[in-house]
Amino acid sequence: MSDLTKFTIAEARAKLAAKEFSATELTESYLSAIDAANPTFNAYVAVTHDKARAMAKASDARFAKGEAGALEGIPLGIKDLFATEGVHTQAASHVLDAFKPRYESTVTANLWRDGAVMLGKLNMDEFAMGSSNETSYYGPVKNPWRARGSNRDLVPGGSSGGSASAVAGWLAAGATATDTGGSIRQPAAFTATVGIKPTYGRVSRWGVVAFASSLDQAGPIARDVRDAAIMLRSMASVDDKDTTSVDLPVPDYEASLGKSLKGLKIGIPREYRVDGMPAEIEALWQKGIAWMKDAGAEIVDISLPHTKYALPAYYIVAPAEASSNLARYDGVRYGLRVPGKDIVEMYENSRAAGFGREVKRRIMIGTYVLSAGYYDAYYVKAQKVRTLIKKDFEDAFAAGVDAILTPATPSAAFGLADQDMAADPVKMYLNDIFTVTVNMAGLPGIAVPAGLDASGLPLGLQLIGRPFDEEMLFRTGAVIEKAAGRFEPSKWW
Amino acid sequence: MSVDIATVKRVARLARIAVDEADAQRMTGELNAILGFVAQLDEVDVSGVEPMTSVTPMAMKKRQDVVTDGGKAGDIVANAPATEEAFFLVPKVVE
Repeated sequence: MSDLTKFTIAEARAKLAAKEFSATELTESYLSAIDAANPTFNAYVAVTHDKARAMAKASDARFAKGEAGALEGIPLGIKDLFATEGVHTQAASHVLDAFKPRYESTVTANLWRDGAVMLGKLNMDEFAMGSSNETSYYGPVKNPWRARGSNRDLVPGGSSGGSASAVAGWLAAGATATDTGGSIRQPAAFTATVGIKPTYGRVSRWGVVAFASSLDQAGPIARDVRDAAIMLRSMASVDDKDTTSVDLPVPDYEASLGKSLKGLKIGIPREYRVDGMPAEIEALWQKGIAWMKDAGAEIVDISLPHTKYALPAYYIVAPAEASSNLARYDGVRYGLRVPGKDIVEMYENSRAAGFGREVKRRIMIGTYVLSAGYYDAYYVKAQKVRTLIKKDFEDAFAAGVDAILTPATPSAAFGLADQDMAADPVKMYLNDIFTVTVNMAGLPGIAVPAGLDASGLPLGLQLIGRPFDEEMLFRTGAVIEKAAGRFEPSKWW
Repeated sequence: MSVDIATVKRVARLARIAVDEADAQRMTGELNAILGFVAQLDEVDVSGVEPMTSVTPMAMKKRQDVVTDGGKAGDIVANAPATEEAFFLVPKVVE
């Protein structure tokens, strides 16, 4: 039999329905691929062989009865941030040692309702804090992509590095991911996969380990635009358990694919032309503009004047929210406990041993900016800047722009253990310069592979839409995909 | 604004993270790099701007004031490092 892991979700869906292979055969193909390649990639932190087999068997039974769901028999990887009942859920942190929730997140419950199969839990930056997957307690993840003629290992991006690596390396048909400042879109761009961060409120956050509650949003990483549309339709829902979940019906996103762009206005924000941006990224952006024009869209120059302040404001808001959310890890209710002479020392020792460096850094920044005397100068100021960032987008959309086209990242994937980034945390933070504005404004954004750089590494473009207009992103993203083609790594593992 | 090592130790205490001298020294440098970066916001005129409180313009959903869940003390303590029956065990807090 041919390698079943090469099929997209849409292809596998058709072949499963046509009985060309069973859900069990498809799942076994993925489990074999994971067993062979995961020691190389470290994309999974837990592989749920038995559960996957049981779920695939149940899918086969539903196929036999003609009761197949929208994702019936499709093997998926789940980011370690999603609570999965009785299964490893640690946000790739030591502080949540041995934590196995007694409940299921809404997103994963939706996927299982639709018949999907869980392969295991995916590696990530600890508590989703990072842009290279190197802050994980479980060690770094490797990118299936390498520069042409090189055997240097590259990062898959982060924080959803395990998700991106597994999908690009054929170790999952699709994966769940989350995005607080770019954690879906940057790894997607680094691995030639498609990643969409939906509008804040579109996907329930219930059962997702919280990082920064006003910015976090879950979404899929998939092999192509159609697969991302299929996955988002299942992941999104209206959920009473999340008070920020919005009461809007979930559309059939696949129906947006293939629609013409005639009459649409695509905005090109001049502030995204940043100093020191590689010529290749600029050239890719120009190509994207030409593709949009060829598809019938009108291109308009727009201004988003507060763009450069999004990242500094983010590094106040996100750590502030994180410092409150992570206060719960105290060695009492779950996870790691390190004894001390009294309860306060027990808290301090547990947190010192349980959190990694980057997480501690952000808790410290958050605690500082929220502390007495600094709250107005930092936190309130950042929230005001956030209002201005959102208004920039609202003005552009009010002027008739349907979607905004930008580069996804300022560079292609970089090497593991990059010395410059290790020495200067701010340098790592700059990875999110094009993506973070979208979280600050609560908007939807998609990263679509658009080409390869001179060394053969993938580069992506980003499209930003109006609130709850994910359909526009699938529609315009499909045009980029059609023009650019799809990109796969050559197998070295 | 920048922080000194005494401030870093005070913040670490507030955050309940044990730090030794070397940690505090290293964190002082890192925190100052980040605070230097966010100082760019000083350039922005925010007079008359409302701070954002909700990114989507929606009223907070409210649920019926009824019991919808409960009776699962065993589930709640299942992951705790130290328990006795349905209680979390902690070091003595009151003498």
